[in-house]
Amino acid sequence: MIKKMMHGNEACAYGAIIAGCRFFAGYPITPSSEIAEELAVLLPQVEGKFIQMEDEIASMAAILGASLNGIKSLTATSGPGFSLKQENIGYACQTEIPCVIVNVQRGGPSTGSPTMPSQEDFMQSRWGTHGDHFIVVLSPSSVQETFDLTVKSFNISEKYRTPVILLMDEIVGHMTEKMILPEPGEIEIIDRKKPSVKPEDFRPYENTEDGVPPMAAFGSGYRHHVTGLMHDETGFPTNNSEIIQKQKDRWKKKFDLARDTVVFTELTDAEDMEYLVFSYGSSARCTRKAVKIARENGLKVGSMKALTLWPFPGKELEKVSRGLKGIVVAEMNMGQAIREVERAVGKNVKVLGANRYDGESMHPDDILSVIEKF
Amino acid sequence: MKTEIVLSYLRKDKLPHIWCPGCGHGIILGSMMRAVHKTGWKKDDIALVSGIGCSSRTPGYVDFNTLHTTHGRSLAFAAGIKFSNPRLNVISVMGDGDAVAIGGNHFIHAARRNLNITALVFNNYIYGMTGGQFSPTTPYKAIASTTPYGNIDKNFDIPSLAIGAGAGFVARSTAIHVPGLDDIIYQALNYDGFSVVEIISFCHVQYGKRNKLKTPLSMIDWLKSIALPIAAYEKLGEEQRRDKIPIGIFKNIPTEEYSQKYIKEIIDPNKSKDSILKDYCKAKLYDL
Ligand SMILES: Cc1ncc(C[n+]2csc(CCOP(=O)(O)OP(=O)(O)O)c2C)c(N)n1
Ligand code: SF4
Repeated sequence: MIKKMMHGNEACAYGAIIAGCRFFAGYPITPSSEIAEELAVLLPQVEGKFIQMEDEIASMAAILGASLNGIKSLTATSGPGFSLKQENIGYACQTEIPCVIVNVQRGGPSTGSPTMPSQEDFMQSRWGTHGDHFIVVLSPSSVQETFDLTVKSFNISEKYRTPVILLMDEIVGHMTEKMILPEPGEIEIIDRKKPSVKPEDFRPYENTEDGVPPMAAFGSGYRHHVTGLMHDETGFPTNNSEIIQKQKDRWKKKFDLARDTVVFTELTDAEDMEYLVFSYGSSARCTRKAVKIARENGLKVGSMKALTLWPFPGKELEKVSRGLKGIVVAEMNMGQAIREVERAVGKNVKVLGANRYDGESMHPDDILSVIEKF
Repeated sequence: MKTEIVLSYLRKDKLPHIWCPGCGHGIILGSMMRAVHKTGWKKDDIALVSGIGCSSRTPGYVDFNTLHTTHGRSLAFAAGIKFSNPRLNVISVMGDGDAVAIGGNHFIHAARRNLNITALVFNNYIYGMTGGQFSPTTPYKAIASTTPYGNIDKNFDIPSLAIGAGAGFVARSTAIHVPGLDDIIYQALNYDGFSVVEIISFCHVQYGKRNKLKTPLSMIDWLKSIALPIAAYEKLGEEQRRDKIPIGIFKNIPTEEYSQKYIKEIIDPNKSKDSILKDYCKAKLYDL
């Protein structure tokens, strides 16, 4: 076990390498640049490759190229860069290429507030690229969680052949805290499954029981075709509507089966709660403090922190929401997760937003003043 | 015999191809396969990458590790493939719009960076796949669906662009100079660094029909009348050069390839290791 002080972006870099990431491509942007800078130092030490590309579109493309070679790959960005990555994030969804994309959120739209915290990309992280697709989004609220969730992001991407977005925010990325690294053998590391059939029998988009087809690396003897067009089980383009529907239904099956293994939440002070504060990322830190103050004032408040944003933990939330007097959704935007919360709990519980979108971090008063409104 | 060589590299079950009868792209595919055959590379060790467009459909028909990516991004995907596994031979196929319009930024940076990738630009002076809009190579005054009154945009000279951006091997040929094209592609494949071959193709369907070149044959005659070897081109006066295009190898100088440079200068096994990584990453981290 190692105890170390580090900042969130640094923890992300270590988490990536320890998860087995050996390829990073990126383009500098505040407040994510330290992830690239850290990996420029560390990756060569483990015979990994670091490359600064000409833009975010190219960075996203490059990590997909590397992942097709069987190498775990990462890119990191913020705001405008995340927008530029969207086209090839869609390519990763369509072709089921494992990869991890870090977005250290800053205020937007456009250049927005580069150095100020925000959680304005909650919806974009899920629906940023065009077309029906599935994606997993995790969001840490501390340096420790950044490390843990970076490792988990790689594991999920490998296990389910999917891009995973690690949605950080400026506060988590730049704050320094103590981090505990478990012993090397204690960290679960998952690698994608490889084909065991003869090359001529290999179907790269086979409808397996779990919906996850084995993946062969380029150069490993399993020559196959990868395209962003809708394709059949063999990977070649098709306009056959029956086959298109089957492929998309398999994606759905894959994510339905994966759902419970990728949704992480933390519930605190829930036994006697009458009110619940739902939050994620750095807002969840502020929520903890707000709950403490509320309890000191005699209010029975609990909290739920979502570590997974997508698939949205609606089921988990609904379960604990029954009988509550109110739910506060605390987030640093004009109200994004609140829509999902309302959808999950229906009309049974009143839901109010505690929102901060002026570039300052959430303050406990922002939450307490909303609880008072119930 | 030559046809058999080409066929031995194709995914025969994927034929017939989607190209219009008389399209120049198929001829280039034949040349590529003969050139690859001459290198002796194993199919398993070749990655063929493309963007989006008629030309970019090439990988689907070839029995390598093949990747059909997003419009303009072929070289960026190719960079990830080559840099992460230098053992693979990486070829990128692009259209003119793919390579120097939407992909122009990737094109110049690939030339500057110098990863060992062979970039083959199928230039038909038009956006074929989307129905004949003009591209950055469409000639002055030419008619396209989006230049109904004649093109007033200046066009790119792809070899000059590649040379300006630092590519070490730069050539041009055409789909009608076949033995020469085979050889130029072969030399480009063998070049240790980023190589560019602009291959003038022809699209009678979208370009020809709008520009008094309705049939493949008239396009071939047109190409014959405008293409000439670099040496002959250089003897011409400025006025005579105007409607001609020089073909041949413009530049072929040894350069230091990027992934080899990275391995030599950046990955240093004697460098002291980060204290955390020392404990957590003892084993060699990936083997291919
Ligand atoms: C981002 C994006 N923009 C536009 C398109 C539409 N599009 C498809 S192919 C193409 C141009 C093809 O022309 P070129 O690259 O010259 O190749 P050709 O078809 O002539 O071989 C365009 C504009 C696209 N697929 N993606
Ligand atoms: S549209 Fe033009 S470029 Fe495309 S296949 Fe037909 S002839 Fe070839």
